[in-house]
Amino acid sequence: MIYLNAFLFCGLVCALGQIILDNTNLTPGHITVIFVVVGTFLDVFNIYDKIVLWAGGGALVPITSFGHMLTHGAIQGYNEGGVLGLFNGTLNLTSAGISAAIIFSFFFSLIFEPKD
Amino acid sequence: MKDEYQKIVDKHMPKEEVFYNAAIAFITGGMMGIIGELLIELYQSYMSVPAKEATVCMLITLIFLSCLLTSLGFFDKWVNFCKCGLIIPITGFAHATQSAALEYRKEGLVTGLGANMLKLSGAVIIFGIIGSFVFSLIRTLVGLV
Repeated sequence: MIYLNAFLFCGLVCALGQIILDNTNLTPGHITVIFVVVGTFLDVFNIYDKIVLWAGGGALVPITSFGHMLTHGAIQGYNEGGVLGLFNGTLNLTSAGISAAIIFSFFFSLIFEPKD
Repeated sequence: MKDEYQKIVDKHMPKEEVFYNAAIAFITGGMMGIIGELLIELYQSYMSVPAKEATVCMLITLIFLSCLLTSLGFFDKWVNFCKCGLIIPITGFAHATQSAALEYRKEGLVTGLGANMLKLSGAVIIFGIIGSFVFSLIRTLVGLV
């Protein structure tokens, strides 16, 4: 059942992005930024946690989960270390994704030639 | 006069099949969601990784695959076909980083690769951090914690 929920949620987010992309002059970069900011907002009232419980991996794959984890880390940091925690904890949960993207890109660009 | 001009422009604009594109994005995006959930369950059941680490492992696996496929040249064709179905998932973030890295590699390691790798995906990181800072500050000030 959770697979169906994952399919529906992730598919709906992607279709929404595609509809915005087709009907406005925004670039894919704008779309991803909009979805990240929406994700950071949805975590404020713990809405996104409920979506993650409902859709499982389907809610963790879209870029909205990136924003969700940023806010989650910041609030977790605040609970542990006060105002300094807001700065300390922001990248706590997303650092794996950012580091992985940078590390793999670096080594693959050394190994492979660009294809045109 | 302006209306007539607009009519001519509308007539010659390439008709983007909005419904078709949205359906493709829905199906491919949904598949990505299923793959994500499948990977989490695999890591949990076969490698007995705890739930939180399984999520991180899933994200790293997807990022690794999309970086590798972008370097091999397949991913650009798939993105052209699926559009948002692959741009909105975390694969789009990795794809943007990898294609910038490949493109600027020839301009040198520091001034080319290092300076331009996050050219496209930097916006996501910057606006994500700004947004999360503002919203979590508001939440802590309001006292919902």
